[in-house]
Amino acid sequence: MGMRSKKEGTVEALLFFSGAFSIVVTGAIVFVLFYESLRFFKEVSLIEFFTGTVWSPLFSNPRFGVLPLVAGTLLTTIIALLVALPAGLVTAIYISEYAPRGLKEVLKPLLELLAAIPTVVYGYFALLFVTPLLQKFIPNLSGFNALSPGIIMGVMIIPYVSSVSEDAMSSVPMYIKEGAYAMGATRLQTAFRVVVPASFSGIGAAFIIGSSRAIGETMVVAIAAGMMPNWTFNPLEPVQTFTSYIVQISLGDVPHGTFEYSTIFAVGVVLFFITLGLNVISFFLRRRFRESY
Amino acid sequence: MVEYSIQENLKAEVKNLDFFYGKNHVLKNINIPIADKKVTALIGPSGCGKTTFLRCFNRMHDLYPGNRYEGEIIIYPEGINIVSQSVDPILVRMKIGMVFQKPNPFPKSVYENVVFGLRIRGNHNRKYLDEVVERSLMSAALWDEVKDRLHKPAYDLSGGQQQRLCIARALATNPEILLFDEPTSALDPIATSKIEELIDSLKKEVTIIIVTHNMQQAARVSDYTAFMYLGTLVEFCKTEKMFTNPSQKLTEEYISGRFG
Repeated sequence: MGMRSKKEGTVEALLFFSGAFSIVVTGAIVFVLFYESLRFFKEVSLIEFFTGTVWSPLFSNPRFGVLPLVAGTLLTTIIALLVALPAGLVTAIYISEYAPRGLKEVLKPLLELLAAIPTVVYGYFALLFVTPLLQKFIPNLSGFNALSPGIIMGVMIIPYVSSVSEDAMSSVPMYIKEGAYAMGATRLQTAFRVVVPASFSGIGAAFIIGSSRAIGETMVVAIAAGMMPNWTFNPLEPVQTFTSYIVQISLGDVPHGTFEYSTIFAVGVVLFFITLGLNVISFFLRRRFRESY
Repeated sequence: MVEYSIQENLKAEVKNLDFFYGKNHVLKNINIPIADKKVTALIGPSGCGKTTFLRCFNRMHDLYPGNRYEGEIIIYPEGINIVSQSVDPILVRMKIGMVFQKPNPFPKSVYENVVFGLRIRGNHNRKYLDEVVERSLMSAALWDEVKDRLHKPAYDLSGGQQQRLCIARALATNPEILLFDEPTSALDPIATSKIEELIDSLKKEVTIIIVTHNMQQAARVSDYTAFMYLGTLVEFCKTEKMFTNPSQKLTEEYISGRFG
């Protein structure tokens, strides 16, 4: 008996520590993020940070307005969502409502494979294939721009959007769908008028997961968007996002521990709050949708 | 084979109907007349095929692969065979409504549930929809309970109210036949008796076919009863006769509760 409870106790402690470990690491990351950003906010006022429209921390006359990075991030994210939401939703409707079972079992893993492609591949694909292709139609598109990485990020997050919305749609009970069919509804009407509204909160969660993926995505925008802080909403111009700015500084010549270096933590804090906010919304949406039936 | 004939106007006639699910021969040579503006009950032990039979009337089986109908269900006055492969199941379902075992309102408002059938038929005239909502909810004996909450979610209603909402939804498109698949099996006795009263008043407007597990219910609400066993029709006659003087021994054993 004693042996067994000792063994149980060891296993329990082991499980507890591995669970606690990830929480501790997350906590440590948040702590470092905030601690390091303090150095930045001691010298730059929040008002300047959030209202300035020039971001040039490395220039001899540095300016610390974060708005160009906000614009770049928003722009690429919105473009990505404009691609991923409709495409992901239509894919989910097809898989959940139309595809015969055999095809469904092939399609789902195939789609998830899209998520397995390294993002650096997507980045070069945007830069070296999509941008030149788009330039044939839009002659004044610059070599680095928000449009092309935005579109490619959209393609990249289709699997996230479609898989979460498909789960929500598949969990709409058959007896509700039968109710629609029994009224003489076609498949399309059943899908759009009953299944989609019934899985609304799940689809909402999918959209938010997609957005936080797009906001957090780094490689594609770092490679193809131009790394140029630009207070613009013109998708044809080069831009810089939060993430690509962090990459630029961490890989560049800025010495560790300097004030310039602390800018990336300030940017990181903003990014942290945005994605945290989105995740919280998606958490509540998903909880609501679980309670639906 | 017994030919059943009744002294009524016919709404439908089932002739030599066989139904297969893959290799399963589920319904075997069913023949019954369906009287116009009367209630026909389908009874029988679990697995006898009564629900399968009911779902042939609105081609519900066509939603799933591997189904095959043989024989005919002719509806009048059109005289068309609704289980023929050349007939579009969606057109059949537009004429023949259904109320399910479990109340299944859509995740929409009470109002939008009722007008669903009209909207998918392309009718969006607000004034007309308002009229239909009032008329259908009146017919379903639900108007007084929901008239002040038409735009509230249907899920806020009680189970019995939800089921009457589903009846109103089916009535909104003026179906020629209304199918009920054990409509009270998920409801309490009070809600059940309301639905039964409703069925009785609805038969003035529409032909009703009801599957029920509950023999007292069949006796209370129906004019004709069909008793099914193992996919075949054992007996079909006036309900009164079925429950007082059945002609088949099997029927008598079932209704007296010796099996089932």
